[in-house]
Amino acid sequence: MSLVWLILIPMVGGLVAGLVARKNESLCRWISLSALILDSGIAINLFAHHWLGLDLPTSTRWLVEFQVEWIPRLGAGIHLAVDGLSLLMVLLTLFLGIIGVGASWTEIKTQVGFFHFNFLWILSGVIGVFLALDLLLFFFFWEVMLVPMYFLIGIWGHENRQYAAVKFFIFTQASGLVMLLSILVLVFTHAAGGELTFDYMKLLGTPMDGTFGLLVMLGFFLAFTVKLPAFPFHPWLPDAHTEAPTAGSIILAGILLKTGAYGLLRFVVPLFPAACQVFTPYALFLGVVGVLYGAMQAFAQSDLKRLVAYTSVSHMGFVLLGVFAWNDYALYGVVMQMICHGFSSGAQFMLVGALYERVHTREMGRMGGLWTTAPRLGAASMFFAMASLGLPGMGNFIAEFLVLAGLFKVSVTATSFASLGLIAATIYSLWLMRGTFFGPNDKQWKIADLNARELSLVAALVAGLVFLGFYPQPVLKAVHPALEALQQSTAQAPVPVAMNRR
Amino acid sequence: MASIPLEVSLFLSGLLFSLGLLGVLVRRNILFILMSLEIMMNAAGLAFVAASSHWGVADGQVMFIFIVTVAAAEVSVGLALVLQLYRRIHTLDSDAVSVMRG
Amino acid sequence: MLSLLWLVPTLPFLGFLILLLFGDRMTKTLVGIIGAGSVGLSALLTMVIGYQFLASPPPDHAFTQVLWTWFEVGGFRPEIAFRLDALSLVMASVVTFVGFLIHLYSIGYMHEDSSFSRFFAEMNLFVCMMLVLVLGDNLLLLYVGWEGVGLCSYLLIGFWYQEPANCTAAQKAFIVTRVGDTAMAIGFFLLVTQLGTLQVQDLMHKAGEMWEPGSGMAVAATLLLLGGAVGKSGQLPLQTWLPDAMAGPTPVSALIHAATMVTAGVYLIARTHALFALAPSVQFLVAVIGALTLLLAGFSALVQTDIKRILAYSTISQIGYMFLALGVGAWSAGMFHFMTHAFFKALLFLAAGAVIHALHHEQNIFKMGGLAKQLPVVFWTFLIGAGCLASIPLITSGFYSKDAILWYAFSSEGGSIWLWMAGLAGAFFTSIYTFRMVFIAFLGEPKGHIHHRPGPVMLVPLVVLAFLALFSGFIELPHNFAPVQMFSNLMDTVFHSHGHSHEEHSSAALEGILQLTAGIVSLIGVAAAYFLFLKDPSKVEKISSTPAGSFLQGFLLRGWDFDRLYDTLFVNPLMALARINKGDIVDSLYNGLASLTQMGHYRLKWIQNGAVRWYAAGLALGAVILLGVFIFT
Repeated sequence: MSLVWLILIPMVGGLVAGLVARKNESLCRWISLSALILDSGIAINLFAHHWLGLDLPTSTRWLVEFQVEWIPRLGAGIHLAVDGLSLLMVLLTLFLGIIGVGASWTEIKTQVGFFHFNFLWILSGVIGVFLALDLLLFFFFWEVMLVPMYFLIGIWGHENRQYAAVKFFIFTQASGLVMLLSILVLVFTHAAGGELTFDYMKLLGTPMDGTFGLLVMLGFFLAFTVKLPAFPFHPWLPDAHTEAPTAGSIILAGILLKTGAYGLLRFVVPLFPAACQVFTPYALFLGVVGVLYGAMQAFAQSDLKRLVAYTSVSHMGFVLLGVFAWNDYALYGVVMQMICHGFSSGAQFMLVGALYERVHTREMGRMGGLWTTAPRLGAASMFFAMASLGLPGMGNFIAEFLVLAGLFKVSVTATSFASLGLIAATIYSLWLMRGTFFGPNDKQWKIADLNARELSLVAALVAGLVFLGFYPQPVLKAVHPALEALQQSTAQAPVPVAMNRR
Repeated sequence: MASIPLEVSLFLSGLLFSLGLLGVLVRRNILFILMSLEIMMNAAGLAFVAASSHWGVADGQVMFIFIVTVAAAEVSVGLALVLQLYRRIHTLDSDAVSVMRG
Repeated sequence: MLSLLWLVPTLPFLGFLILLLFGDRMTKTLVGIIGAGSVGLSALLTMVIGYQFLASPPPDHAFTQVLWTWFEVGGFRPEIAFRLDALSLVMASVVTFVGFLIHLYSIGYMHEDSSFSRFFAEMNLFVCMMLVLVLGDNLLLLYVGWEGVGLCSYLLIGFWYQEPANCTAAQKAFIVTRVGDTAMAIGFFLLVTQLGTLQVQDLMHKAGEMWEPGSGMAVAATLLLLGGAVGKSGQLPLQTWLPDAMAGPTPVSALIHAATMVTAGVYLIARTHALFALAPSVQFLVAVIGALTLLLAGFSALVQTDIKRILAYSTISQIGYMFLALGVGAWSAGMFHFMTHAFFKALLFLAAGAVIHALHHEQNIFKMGGLAKQLPVVFWTFLIGAGCLASIPLITSGFYSKDAILWYAFSSEGGSIWLWMAGLAGAFFTSIYTFRMVFIAFLGEPKGHIHHRPGPVMLVPLVVLAFLALFSGFIELPHNFAPVQMFSNLMDTVFHSHGHSHEEHSSAALEGILQLTAGIVSLIGVAAAYFLFLKDPSKVEKISSTPAGSFLQGFLLRGWDFDRLYDTLFVNPLMALARINKGDIVDSLYNGLASLTQMGHYRLKWIQNGAVRWYAAGLALGAVILLGVFIFT
């Protein structure tokens, strides 16, 4: 039942916050904050049980499972379950959600209630995506997180928000449609050999071979790589990030992108192991191109937020590479990358938002030398720029190291090219710092430094990243059973010729 | 009483329908369009009645009663709309109301 | 006491944290005390630990302190662990002790600066990271320090960030070294996937078991590691960042870009010496890179006019000597030169800094002159440093360390007469450019006006370093002089099986001849500098005013135009590509799709014109067509 609460609390909290806001905007903020904290309490409780090894079921792969009937005639049920992987993702979601509420405390001034309603409903949808084990339910949550996000960008965004919101909507919706088709084909193929069901556990192992399997797999792949985003499905992202309000960018980069990565891990490879093995070289190619292309585009931008947005394309390329390398090192690396990128990019968007609140521009040409007037903001930006370029000592380094080491086992060429991304990351990160905080302060900016609220959010993120950089073991240990199970689900698959050739 | 052959009454019904359609297409006055619509509907009713008397089944006549009812309802709504329209834009030209915002 | 090893890097880190959090609210005195004090304590602790290590050596002459397991994935299990052996002890001692002296000096040098606490915070972080690099037991932890010092180097080169040129230099330093670091990272991937560990001792052990000498894996792994070493140590072909790095404050140049960080590459190769021994071809490449670099940089140093750039090129050149030593398998000689170089080069930089400080940020040697009388202490210490750099025979440490390298370059298995001649020619140029600096800046007519006189806080480090620079050479004498080989005996505990065989007494006479040659060459260099730059500078001016001469001068001044080459090959094309594609060509693909849809919309929108009669006609037509289809088929 706790899983249902995980999803329901933000929903209800959002409704209440939305209703209260007409009378009292500050109360609305506090309500959404406390709803998220309450929800985190449940999640942390689950994690603590998991970590301490209490009531750890040994027979099944799920820590907690919840299953009731929903539409029996279609074989669709409300099937929620959590393992180490999804639990970590839920925790990340709630943590960044809290950061997001904190970051928009003063930024959002219009329609506060509706903002928090949308915000919490996105989080609820995302949590649902991480928990759902029924494909129809999964698709339902996939759509739930989409619509409020559209409003978030379209109402509270910057000057070009309508364009960005529509673009975001069309990209995700179109790819979601293709996924729905693939879900249906998968379900009916399974039904042809037996039972009509949308249940993930039952659909595992459905034989989907040859070109047919590849096509069905590509339907899922498309939806998830649009969300991820991988080259060449990324163009929605720079626009959406740039135009979204700060909280929107934080959860967009921090969490929504991770649903794509999660989908690849949970659904694409386990459901279609054979097709994925055939597809691996192409996926690796897309990953490498994404890493380098995203980095190059980031360097080319002069709009600060757009720059940070493109870095996500580059970093998510590593996720794609890791998923398709599909071995020990790489998978742990992917999980680390999901979490650490959530932290670092969320933090970067928060800082860019804070900067925008102060100087009212995102053009780097109009900034420069800001370190003099806001050293704490500068130091924080420096820290996260370093995290973004993968400086050892922060979690991102462990992530990239593991992904690339895993990839090295699969393809030396891909590793070599992807490693160039490390150099490229250095270039754009330094470019970012130089354009904003270094150089002469020739525009004579005098801005306020980070205040206590912002400092505490930054401190939380810094502490998280450094902790993960020097002791990532809790994360690795928590996902260990989940990754083991995922790898087992593909282990039985016959190895096609393409795999041996590489 | 010598019965009128089915072909003749169906031909008459077709003729009336075509006239009505022609009226709908060529008249620009909404009142006349409404009248032409009535003619078309009654043409259809005539076809029903003729068919029902030909086979001696009451169904067609039931349908006609329906048609009359619907026609009455339609005219009342239609005339109300026409009145509103006239009040707003002072014309009954159907081409003048081709845009949605007003 | 050995168990306090973890405190050695932690103390400077605490200093960094305190200065970061509260530095802007402290007085400058307090900042100085914390900044220099934390490093001083660390130096003291290192000395105590070192004394104990030498007095009662732990088993295998190495002590490892495991703090915690970093992470564990698929059998790969790196630990946060520090390892103390002779090699890391020497490195750590130099880092903390020279680091402390430079911190002390900085209190005087940076006193006017408004970002005083930021300076010390970043310097402390640097010392911490350097110690992590040196003490790290596995390559991954070493990499933490490796990148950490890179970050600090970036921050400190760009310390005066309001000057765009400094930012550019800082970025260049970070990016160029990062190119090498990436190669190194790929090397790590190879080692992890092949050998399953990055723990240095296991690595060398396993590699020796699994890889044949000269096998492809060994060559690839060492080549990739060499990439990292070359980048960090400013060797060919990644040397271009180091001269520009002089944009930072002078203590930074002394600490980071002369004494410690730039020798990290030397340390890396020495640390993984057994791997390099498995790949003789790569080891030979190390020697060749060293020889080429020392010559190229020596030439460039000849024509520089900025005192710090002269020293920068000489640093590149001296590290070239260390690479040469490593390349011929003379591990201990390379480390010996590292140590003496750290002392005398830090001394030279600090003395130069005192001059620059006194002349109000004047760095051009032609605008100095006659400083010997005005700043006597600085002059004498600078002279001692210069003597060491030029390896003046018998009395300076530089002579002993460089002589060892030259001897092994000639006599060891990997050596050859060509490498020896390159080293000798390098020594000749070294003494010319070194004494050119001395003669032009310190002798002759006074040209500048002295603004500040360095206080005791700046002079004490100079004197201590001068003392070390003079006498540190006597702990390791050539075999044919006296049986005093303290340094190499210590180093043999690390390099034992791979150390150089010293049993070549038969060639004592030959060694003597070579020493004599090297000594004479150095002295001739000094004499040449005297005639060319002090007695009669007109000849040099005449040569440099001819077209060929001025071209050559410019070419050398720009460091053999490597910058231009890289700009043309990499920087400009990439910048252009980025600029052209700023709008993202993939986006225009989707925009194309969108405009195609829009075009369709414009083509079809006349159908939906809002005229009711038009719709009715459409309906009628459709009905007729349907009827027709039904009837005629």
